[in-house]
Amino acid sequence: MITFEAVAKRYAGGYTALAGVSFEIRHGELVVLSGHSGAGKSTLLKLIPVIERPTAGRVLINGQEVSAMARRAIPYLRRNIGLVLQESRLLYDRSVFDNVMLPLVITGHPPRDAAKRVAAALERVGLGGREREMPAGLSGGEQQRVAIARAIVNRPSILIADEPTAHLDPAYAHDIADLFRSFNSAGVTVVISTHDASLFAASQPRRLVLHKGLLVEGGE
Amino acid sequence: MTNWFYLHWRAFAQACSRLLAQPLSTALSALVVGIALSLPAGGYLVLDNIAGLARGVSGAPEISVFMAPEAAAAQVRAVRQKLDADVRVARHRFVPRDEALAQLERAGLGDVLGGLASNPLPDAFIVVPLGEDPELFDALAGELRALSGVAHVQLDSEWVKRLHALLGLGKTAVLVLAALLGVALVIVTFNTIRLQILTQRAEIEVSRLLGATDLFICRPFYWFGCLQGLLGGLVALGTVWAVVQALRAPVQGLAETYGTVFVLSGPQAPEAAAILGFAAVLGWMGSAISVRRHLAGDRPG
Ligand SMILES: Nc1ncnc2c1ncn2[C@@H]1O[C@H](COP(=O)(O)OP(=O)(O)OP(=O)(O)O)[C@@H](O)[C@H]1O
Ligand SMILES: [Mg+2]
Repeated sequence: MITFEAVAKRYAGGYTALAGVSFEIRHGELVVLSGHSGAGKSTLLKLIPVIERPTAGRVLINGQEVSAMARRAIPYLRRNIGLVLQESRLLYDRSVFDNVMLPLVITGHPPRDAAKRVAAALERVGLGGREREMPAGLSGGEQQRVAIARAIVNRPSILIADEPTAHLDPAYAHDIADLFRSFNSAGVTVVISTHDASLFAASQPRRLVLHKGLLVEGGE
Repeated sequence: MTNWFYLHWRAFAQACSRLLAQPLSTALSALVVGIALSLPAGGYLVLDNIAGLARGVSGAPEISVFMAPEAAAAQVRAVRQKLDADVRVARHRFVPRDEALAQLERAGLGDVLGGLASNPLPDAFIVVPLGEDPELFDALAGELRALSGVAHVQLDSEWVKRLHALLGLGKTAVLVLAALLGVALVIVTFNTIRLQILTQRAEIEVSRLLGATDLFICRPFYWFGCLQGLLGGLVALGTVWAVVQALRAPVQGLAETYGTVFVLSGPQAPEAAAILGFAAVLGWMGSAISVRRHLAGDRPG
């Protein structure tokens, strides 16, 4: 369960990205976050794995106030949250395999079992057998899939994706959307921001709509 | 525990591959570090050899105690008892005046002495003190000088004193040199790690987002610094060894012209280990400072 309690975020430059947002996401929910560019979607998502901290209010995960978490505890929180950021953030000097392997290396996962997990994750996103390729040789949609495989390889209970379909052709975008829906069906809490909420309309997700830093739909 | 070893192994492997990825800059850094370290290491070795040489050439220092020509037998006995009892005396030998004369005659000076009416030489003791401490020799000589019947005490430890002072000076110089070049080594490592961090920036950021701890991020850099230091240490060791090999024959020849046998000794296992350890620790320090300085800025939260 993810809880936002009157969360505000004002950046150092003085810009107020979020102005008091309250909502609750239950375990296993599929949440689609939408809003105009600059509405504060990315900011809101970054507060969950504590990439940013709120300037007011609290963010809680399963009752734990992560917004006040000690710096040294944050890495362990992140290991339980799958992240797909707006830019795919792959390492272009590493193979697809090494990119997806990274979260398992970080947790010190035994290498042999880790390799199996990497293969399974790539299979899951439709890139089975492409381990040895380099990310630069893949299409935008395929790169996004690698990023998704990397996000799920640790089997997180929460998956956060910031506009994962932004730069993709509509056909690709639908595939990616289906992928997230399937993770959600497997019990993972999925929070996705998108300009195009219609992509997920079919599965009737929980909708959160931001406007100028305020929740205009789906809040409390 | 297995996990801990695995993570260290990963970091070590990563550091190795980063070193191998830029063979030229790795080799240059190792040369800079190595040449810098070979100066104090070589200096230390020279001092060590000189100390050994000095010990070998003259043996233990001696104190000569000359009795007054008119000294009574009882006074000679008193001196002998004092020498027997003193714990600072390793051994001593009595040289009666007749024996001294005989010695001089054997040495071919009989003609000179033959012209004299009587034996001009006094009785004497040759005293070998314990240890090598010049101050102890001074004290002992002073006490012997104060005994009645003793005319003159000759201390041949002056050279020991001078040598000690010189070796002390040399040691200080080597230490200062080592400290200065050590700082240079730390700075060299600091800079290479800074460049490493810049080129690894993307990886560091992504790793943080995926739940990497500070330690996970820093470990490969620590290993990198350590390994670079170690490589430099090996270069230093190789340089010193090569110089010793090159000088061995000429130094031996020189010693032979002075009638002594002297073989220049190269760095032994403990010294080699000390050089490598010193280099590795300095490399680690450089990387630790660099990591602190350059990774502190982008800590989230
Ligand atoms: N690190 C930052 N420092 C200062 N201002 C920031 C920072 N990040 C975001 N902002 C500002 O906060 C506001 C909200 O940004 P945010 O990225 O959350 O919007 P968004 O809804 O994700 O927009 P988009 O759809 O374009 O990605 C923007 O006006 C942006 O300029
Ligand atoms: Mg955004």
